[in-house]
This record gives sequence, structure tokens and C-alpha cells, in this order.
Amino acid sequence: MEQFLQQIVNGVSLGSIYALIALGYTMVYGIIKLINFAHGDIYMLGAYIGYFCMTYFHLGVIPSLLIAMAICTLLGVIIERIAYKPLRNATRIAVLITAIGVSLFLEYGTMFFVKANVRSYPPLKGILTHSFKLGSIVVTAQQILIVCITIILMAFLQFIVKRTRIGKAMRAVSLDRDAAELMGINVDNTISFTFALGSALAGAAGILVGIYYNSINPLMGILPGLKAFVAAVFGGIGIIPGAMIGGYFIGTVEVMVAGYGNSMFKDAVVFAILILILIVKPSGLLGKETKEKV
Amino acid sequence: MNKLAEIKGIKKWFALLLTYVIVQLLVSLNIINDYIMATITTICINIILAVSLNLITGFTGQFSLGHAGFMSIGAYTCAIIIMRYPSPLSFIIGLFLGAILAALLGFIVGLPTLRLRGDYLAIATLGMAEIIRFVFLNLDITNGAAGLFVGVQYTNWLWLYVFTAGTVILITNFVNSSHGRACISIREDEIAAEAMGINTTKYKVIAFIIGAFCAGIAGALYASYFYFIKPDLFGFLKSIDILVIVVLGGLGSISGSILAAFLLAIISSLLQSFPEIRMVIYSVLLIVIMLFRPQGIMGSKELSLSAFKSLGSIFERKNGGER
Repeated sequence: MEQFLQQIVNGVSLGSIYALIALGYTMVYGIIKLINFAHGDIYMLGAYIGYFCMTYFHLGVIPSLLIAMAICTLLGVIIERIAYKPLRNATRIAVLITAIGVSLFLEYGTMFFVKANVRSYPPLKGILTHSFKLGSIVVTAQQILIVCITIILMAFLQFIVKRTRIGKAMRAVSLDRDAAELMGINVDNTISFTFALGSALAGAAGILVGIYYNSINPLMGILPGLKAFVAAVFGGIGIIPGAMIGGYFIGTVEVMVAGYGNSMFKDAVVFAILILILIVKPSGLLGKETKEKV
Repeated sequence: MNKLAEIKGIKKWFALLLTYVIVQLLVSLNIINDYIMATITTICINIILAVSLNLITGFTGQFSLGHAGFMSIGAYTCAIIIMRYPSPLSFIIGLFLGAILAALLGFIVGLPTLRLRGDYLAIATLGMAEIIRFVFLNLDITNGAAGLFVGVQYTNWLWLYVFTAGTVILITNFVNSSHGRACISIREDEIAAEAMGINTTKYKVIAFIIGAFCAGIAGALYASYFYFIKPDLFGFLKSIDILVIVVLGGLGSISGSILAAFLLAIISSLLQSFPEIRMVIYSVLLIVIMLFRPQGIMGSKELSLSAFKSLGSIFERKNGGER
């Protein structure tokens, strides 16, 4: 039982990171129906920006987090403007290939500048090195930090999407782009804003993962990116609470499989879940069935 | 008219044979060295992969991101068999066994997932390929992440050419048959195709089976030419590589896929001397091509001799006008 609770704690920490990445995927998919393969690489860049802030400028965790989020936001918007906007009316596959191109560009461009070797985050100071014991369950301060930051960011996101004008515009565009445009919504700006929000969350996830696992490399974004996408599909792609639930679910399952079964199979299980959910309920946990129209 | 078709057919076979003989001659005379031969092998394998994926994605309109998974099944099956019984016969048996296993998997995966559409299918096939990779990573018989050292080379120009030409002819003929037209109608409008009485699931599964079969052959050829295989060679990136060839050449154009396979091989061998910047340039090229020519080099047109002829006649007419 205690081991089970310990796995839950670890699963929730990992799940928070997946949930943050999955939110970006799900928002972008919801608004322009694009699987943004470059999203995992924005997360990688967030980790690198955090690394440079903390190693060379000796900034604390929170300032580094904010800087990483700001730079990732900017990058997300630039990528959207340069690579995706000209293809607004092209076929889906063309946009998807472009997204893959952007992803490769970010990966190997980063590799060119910072070299391929694995880097480790500087050791944490002060309260962040503590760990707390509840019975025999160990909760580290880093895990608490990850979960707290994730919850704050999610609450903030919910506020933006549900309570602000731009959030309303986002919801309108994802519902029906043409109708939203007729209502006087600036669709291009709304899409850019969606990319900005998603990228900021991915950047935050990157720096949190750097703190948690303590090692980063230029190709670190591929697998978590794919898993976060699985999380988004699991919860129902395009649905924001779905991405959160999916992220926590995938994170917990992964930790459970690694803890009780064979850790080599943890990635395979995630993809098996994906295929299963796609066959049983392709619209995801919270998704609605859509009827086919002629 | 019949006679003309006959002559055309003979000409085609003659051209095929001639290409084979010329390259074989160059190999025997040592004009084509090992390095060029390795490039030719890569091009041929890429042609098989791209043409077979083009059948699935370009002609039938089913978006697959898992082609490398089918390839890896062919590669591992063939490698395991020729490592046990190293002989040319077992190479051929292994090759076909690998292709059949890949086709079988294409069928098993195809049946349930083909109910999915567009992006969902892409993600499902991606998940399938990743699962295959993880299975190969964890099996004893495949030696896990370290991979297999095959150690014998049975893929020569003869087999390479036979299977490459075979795949291209098979898929061209399939596409031009009534089954092929059924597949194309699914791409154009699935609901309309269904309304016309086409069994869409059946044709989608057929496309997947043929595509997977050919990918299995390509994998087997790869395993017994390059000596060494490991699961990471057949990851997500490999599937993307194949898809890039197809999209670059033009979805629904077989000659486009062949052209793009050559073009990418040339580009990547030109970039060989800059290994660090190679992938960066490759990715920028990819983005630029998609931004300025999203339909690929050939669109859905085919390159053929008659196209050259009609081009020639336009040219002549223009010249005539000037005169």
C-alpha cells in the first residue's frame, strides 16, 4: 500500500509535466487541427533556456521559469507566423510535414549550437533540496514545486480561456473559424495567441523536467512530446480539462508500469493505451461523438 | 492498336533489362565502387518504401506514420533466418517470410484502426510502429538495443533491381486497375465512394497489406546489405523520412516518389561532408519546399516518355511558329 502511494506521488509529478505539454497540443489541435510536432521541441528549448539562466546567470528557479516561458512564447509565435500561417489553406498533410520540418530544425539546430552531449542542471539550493516524510512515503520539495507550479499555470489558463475576451475568441475560432471571422474576430491573432499560450506552458514543463530529472539533451523532446500527445488524445483532443486528466493518467500509468512491471515496457504500454482508446472511443474520454455529414 | 501496345510493352521490358545490364556491367568493370553501390542500394530501398507508402497515403489517402514498423519486421525476420542458415536460398525465404509477416501485421493493425480517419489514423499507426520498436528492444532473439550483426551480404544488384522494379510494376499495375481506381475514389471522397458501392474497408486493408508487404521486402534487403540492424534504425524518424520522400515527390505520383528518392539521396550525399549542419539544412529544405510547393515536385502527375514527346511537340510547334 505504501509503495502504491509512493508510486502515485511520483506519477502525479510526472503527470503534471505531461499535462502541461498536452495542454499546448490540445489547444493548437483544437484551433487549427494541426498535430504540432514541434511542440515537444519547444519543451526541450524551455529546458535549455532554464539551464542557461541557472548555470550562467545564477538566477533562481522562479525567475528562470518566467524567462524560459517568455522566450518560448516568443518562439511559438515566430514559428507559427513563419511556418504555419502561409499554409493556412494548404492540405493538412503539407502543414503536418512542415511541423515535422520545424521539429527537426529545432532539434538539430539546438544540437548544432549546444552540441549533442547530455547536460545536467546545477544543484538546487535551500528549501528545494529538502524532502518530507509522510509515514514511509517520501515527497521531495521538487515534486511539490512541480505540482504547485502546474496547478497555478492551469488555473491561470482556465481563467484566460473562460473569463477573458481573447479566451472567448479562442473558443469561438475552435468552434467555427469562418463564423468567428464573420463576427469580427481576428483569427490570425487568435491562433498566434493560442500558440503563445501553449508554448509558454511547454517551456515551463521543460524547466520543471530539468529540475526533476536533472539531465537534458537536444533530443529529449521527442518521446515526452509523443506521450503528451497520447495524453491529449486520451482526454479528448481539443478539450482542455481532458488534456489535464490525460496527462495525469499517462504519468501515473507509466510510473506504475515501471514500478511493478518491467520498466523497459513503460513506453510500449503508453502507446498500447493510445491504440486501445483510438479503437474503443476515438473522441477520447471527454470528447463528444460527432456525426458524419455529407 | 493491339500491335502498338505490344510493341510498347516489349519496349518497356527491353528498357528494364537494359538498365539492369548496364549497371551490372559497370559493377563488373569496377566503375561503380562500393560507395556508389551503397548509395544505389539506399536509393532502391527508398524507392520501394516510398512507392509502397504512396499507395497507402498518396492513392488511398490513408495517412500512415508507421511504415518503418513494417520495414523493421521484414528486416528482423530476414536477419534472424540468414544468421541461422546462411545461404542465398534462405535469404529469399527470409525475405518473403518477412514480407508476409509484415503484410499479416498490416492486416491485423489495418482492420480495427482503419475505422479511424486522418490524423487519428496517423497517430494510431505511429503508436503501432513504436510498439513494434519497443518489442524488438525487449526480445532476446533480436538482441535488444544492441541490435543484430547479420554478417553476410546477400543483397546484390540482381535482387535489388528485381525487387525494386517488381514493386514499382506491381503498384503501378494495381493503381491502374479497377481496384486502384476504387482506392483513388476513397481518397477523393470516402462517403461518395461508399455510396457508389465500394467496400471502403476492404480496399483500405488491401492497400495496407500491399504497402506493408513491400516495406517488409525493403527491410529484408536493408538487413542483408548493411550487415547491421538495431531497433532505433526503424523509429519515428525513419517513418518520417519515407513520408518526406513521398510528399516531396508528390502524393499520388509513382514517378515522383522515384525522382524524390534520387534527389534526396543526392542531397544527403552532398551534405555528407557537413555532418553537423546536415540535418539543419535538410529540415530547412523540407519547410521551404512545403511553403512554396506543398503539392510536391510532380503533384499527382506521372513522368512518362509520352509526356516528353508532347513537350517536344509543343516545342516544335513553337519553333514552327517562329519560322
